[in-house]
Amino acid sequence: MAPQPTIPETQSVMRRARGSKSFMIGLAITAIIAAAAALSFVWTPYDVTQISIGDKLKPPSLEHWFGTDHFGRDILSMIMVGARNSIAVALVAVGIGMGLGVPLGCWAAARGGWLDEALMRLNDVVFAFPALLSAIMITAIFGPGAVNAIIAIGIFNIPVFARVSRAGALALWPREFILAARASGKGKLMITAEHILPNIANLLLVQGTIQFALGILAEASLSYVGLGAQPPMPSWGRMLFEAQTMIAIAPHMAIFPGLAIVMTVLGLNLLGDGLSDLLDPKLRRQK
Amino acid sequence: MMPFLLKRIGTGAITLLLASIVVFAMLDVVPGDPARMMLGMNATEDAVQALREQMGLNQPLIMRYMSWLGGFLVGDLGRSYTYSVPVSQLVAERAVVSLPLALLALFLSTAIAIPVGLYSASHRGKAADTIAMGASQLGVAIPNFWFALLLVYVFAIALRLLPAGGFPGWTAGTWPALKALFLPAIALALPQAAILARVTRSALLDVLGEDFVRTARAKGLSRNTVLWRHALRNALIPVFTILGLQFSFLLAGTIIIENVFYLPGLGRLIFQAITQRDLIVVESVVMLLVATVIVVNLLVDLSYAAIDPRLRGT
Repeated sequence: MAPQPTIPETQSVMRRARGSKSFMIGLAITAIIAAAAALSFVWTPYDVTQISIGDKLKPPSLEHWFGTDHFGRDILSMIMVGARNSIAVALVAVGIGMGLGVPLGCWAAARGGWLDEALMRLNDVVFAFPALLSAIMITAIFGPGAVNAIIAIGIFNIPVFARVSRAGALALWPREFILAARASGKGKLMITAEHILPNIANLLLVQGTIQFALGILAEASLSYVGLGAQPPMPSWGRMLFEAQTMIAIAPHMAIFPGLAIVMTVLGLNLLGDGLSDLLDPKLRRQK
Repeated sequence: MMPFLLKRIGTGAITLLLASIVVFAMLDVVPGDPARMMLGMNATEDAVQALREQMGLNQPLIMRYMSWLGGFLVGDLGRSYTYSVPVSQLVAERAVVSLPLALLALFLSTAIAIPVGLYSASHRGKAADTIAMGASQLGVAIPNFWFALLLVYVFAIALRLLPAGGFPGWTAGTWPALKALFLPAIALALPQAAILARVTRSALLDVLGEDFVRTARAKGLSRNTVLWRHALRNALIPVFTILGLQFSFLLAGTIIIENVFYLPGLGRLIFQAITQRDLIVVESVVMLLVATVIVVNLLVDLSYAAIDPRLRGT
């Protein structure tokens, strides 16, 4: 029997990635949105703060691909700048959730006992609050704006990551390589950092993508009810709010920002699906 | 059975108690004095102090919490600062809009998702399955308020079939009231149906791979009998879990959707109360919603024991 050529692990993951349709489509969509957001820092087709009443409510045309709004602003440009806002809010909110949730979850798994029980009860409490309701409360109480929106969305990411990392860590603790590490005298903190975290990184990456998508939706909802980023900073939710009163005469104002949200969330969800297939063969069965 | 029941009810009660502390504490840090808000900027300091005393705002935090919670337990939700009517009355007026809306949405979501999930699972990999799962992937990504706008454009503005917003009240007759709730319910149900269809499909696929399903087929039962009688029943646990979680999403979703359609429900009540700093209304309605979520999830957990006898021991 001829010896199998060995493929370095990264290379084989790359090859499988190219074969995964949802991963590639998700990656492409996400890359396009991210590129549009990045491009908006240096260039947009029109200035988003430029009010030009003469051009108001123009349907899509060659000059204005997605048309103009009731102030004559170019909708494509506003969507590009709005992408920045959506991505920033959702990304930082995921960061808060991971930054606090993962240590809590790992701590609960490592200590067990009453601490585990107490942390999980606390988790249940946060879960009992419909996330959007509480986000509305937080932003309404502490004032609307992008920063408070980030905090409000971020808080509800904490128990999600705590749960995922606890479940992942609990499954690892009885394993032999952990026992070996303990036998060699390593402390729980050391084991968590060296063995647990690298082994649950896949889970966290997939969950992070899902929470990112949910964060985009939550940010859109908050700015739709006027509690997210404040004008003149364009945001997708706010654009939809403004479109609502114009829907009978200018439906394009509602269609394009909505499509931007749908594409972003769809792209991230596909990416998450693809990632979970690629990184954990066990999850494939659950599709 | 009993130890499981007691333990689950006990943790539910602790969660409720902690949640009530969180709600109360969160609203206590709100800037702005409710008494000052009610009397306006021109009121004298004495008048504000007198009102604070009357409203019980000068008592220590723990006393105010105890009296709020105590009132809650006997159905006294306090008195609205702005409307000067009992909060329970406001809640009753608004719940007749929100509750039917949430239930209609839950019904629509289940009625769409379970058949789609069943069909997809039993035609796995075929064109219909691919289309259904693609559509559900899209459904998950659509924000419900945007979908609501599109529904309004198509059904209210272009086709003039259904009202674009507002609520005539149940006194105007069941049909006009239901018509006003129909578009909001669809908008709420769509993303939930998409999630539920995916969960139903994957739960069924898991079950269909089990030995007992093969045994049932081998002993001569038809595909459909196996699917409905054996597989679906065993796939119900994850489906129920998601249904319980969705109830919480539906409640939160009504806040946004009621704003899109100008429906006078609980969601709009909370929203208005927050902007008017009517804290007692916010506190009580939020607590009521959170309590509903906790109780629904408790019932879902208990229903597992009814569905699956193996879970009763743990």
